[in-house]
Amino acid sequence: MSDVPADLQYTKTHEWIRTLPDGTVEIGITDHAQHALGDLVFVEVPEGGRKLALGEPCAVVESVKAASDVYAPVAGEVTMGNPQLASQPEAVNNDPYGAGWLMRVRVVNAASTPGLMSASDYRQLLQREGD
Amino acid sequence: MGRRTPLFQLHQELGARIVDFGGWDMPVQYSSQIGEHHAVRRAAGVFDVSHMCVVDLRGARTREFLRILVANDVARLKVSGKALYSCLLKESGGVIDDLIVYFLTDDAFRLVVNAGTRDKDLAWIRAHASKLDVEVVERTDLAMLAVQGPEARAKTAKLLSAKGASAALALEMFRGAEIDGWFIARTGYTGEDGFEVMMPASAAVRVWRELNALGVASCGLGARDTLRLEAGMNLYGNDMDETTHPFESGLGWTVAMEPSDRRFIGRDALEKVLADAASGRVPQRRLVGLLLEDRGVLRSHQKVTVPGTGSGQGSGEITSGTFSPTLERSIALARIPAGAATQVQVDIRGKLLNARVVKPPFVRFGKPMLSNWTSNNPEKP
Repeated sequence: MSDVPADLQYTKTHEWIRTLPDGTVEIGITDHAQHALGDLVFVEVPEGGRKLALGEPCAVVESVKAASDVYAPVAGEVTMGNPQLASQPEAVNNDPYGAGWLMRVRVVNAASTPGLMSASDYRQLLQREGD
Repeated sequence: MGRRTPLFQLHQELGARIVDFGGWDMPVQYSSQIGEHHAVRRAAGVFDVSHMCVVDLRGARTREFLRILVANDVARLKVSGKALYSCLLKESGGVIDDLIVYFLTDDAFRLVVNAGTRDKDLAWIRAHASKLDVEVVERTDLAMLAVQGPEARAKTAKLLSAKGASAALALEMFRGAEIDGWFIARTGYTGEDGFEVMMPASAAVRVWRELNALGVASCGLGARDTLRLEAGMNLYGNDMDETTHPFESGLGWTVAMEPSDRRFIGRDALEKVLADAASGRVPQRRLVGLLLEDRGVLRSHQKVTVPGTGSGQGSGEITSGTFSPTLERSIALARIPAGAATQVQVDIRGKLLNARVVKPPFVRFGKPMLSNWTSNNPEKP
């Protein structure tokens, strides 16, 4: 069973969201997602200042096998992409909820963000998917 | 559910991720695709290639038959056990499949063809074999393991009798022999030394476990693909198919146009291709290696642009692309207009990235084969 930290929120497409003390959110992909993708060899994260619409492809994670899009779980403006991933894409495999974060975003209109799941809901989703 | 090899259950026990490959349920990786790749480059790994189709041909006219069926000339096979890599061609010159031909005795040859093309290959072979009374027998009773890497031969030899081990270790490159009831050939698809071993299906699980116990890593089709691409070896269906001929697929070396009176299937079409190319009036294409200079990963079907206005400019396409674990850069095979281009651009998600045209192989016997490349990862020089 994959690691699903209790203090994060999740999406059906296997992104996680952490609210930081300054009110911005940090976004990454879940332990389940990194395991399903396999060894990551290239990660493309958005640059600071980019405006994200809810659900738009905002990052690319590539394993040896294939490229996968990461979808914006919130709408807002990117404050920064994780600069370490250019040289250390494997951080997403090794520490998906820590050093492997993808981007930080200032959310617009948080009240209108639909579809985020609690950790227990996400665990149930994984069980239904046979994790 | 797809077809399963005699090792399927063992793959599951070993924690493999199973995928469909040409109608077969096959292990794509066990723990880490990159780890499995490095195991083969640095030590030894074992692959289940029992899905590949082994076909025995028997009959007095087998050699004559193969000289018509296969684009390379089996007359080159003079010593028992010698192997030849080549293609089956359509009359149009398009590639039906690539294969290895082993010369066993004067009236017995063995072919190994791809799993995904098995049905059409067998139909094609049988249709032509019947005219020359050549018997075609598919060997579904055999399992095949590929043991590859610098330590592969020595480890495999430990499973053999003393006499068998010395016979196996004495095999030259691209030679095979019947040893201890197995057919052992010094061939492979990784760019490393090693053996491909055909054995009774009932022996495969025991042999796999014994190889694991000797430190030979279980390796899946994922690592097999990155290894073969680093080795500059084509994959049927990606790098060539029935719509492409060998000369535009990097496979000219597998076609024997001499002697000129050998009327193999596809010869007329290839003669026309050569005449067109010599005339300079019909644009030709070639299969080249690409090394990505920018960051990213080359993938099949990405569009390639050859800039400029001189010979060879125009557009092409990547046929196989991946991240090279050995070079820590992305590499590819691409079909582009024939010419002298040394730099191209590849469209990756709308961005034009720079790639250098290089001559495969990218890696051979564990060593990078490219001049002045550097890993694009500053953390890992």
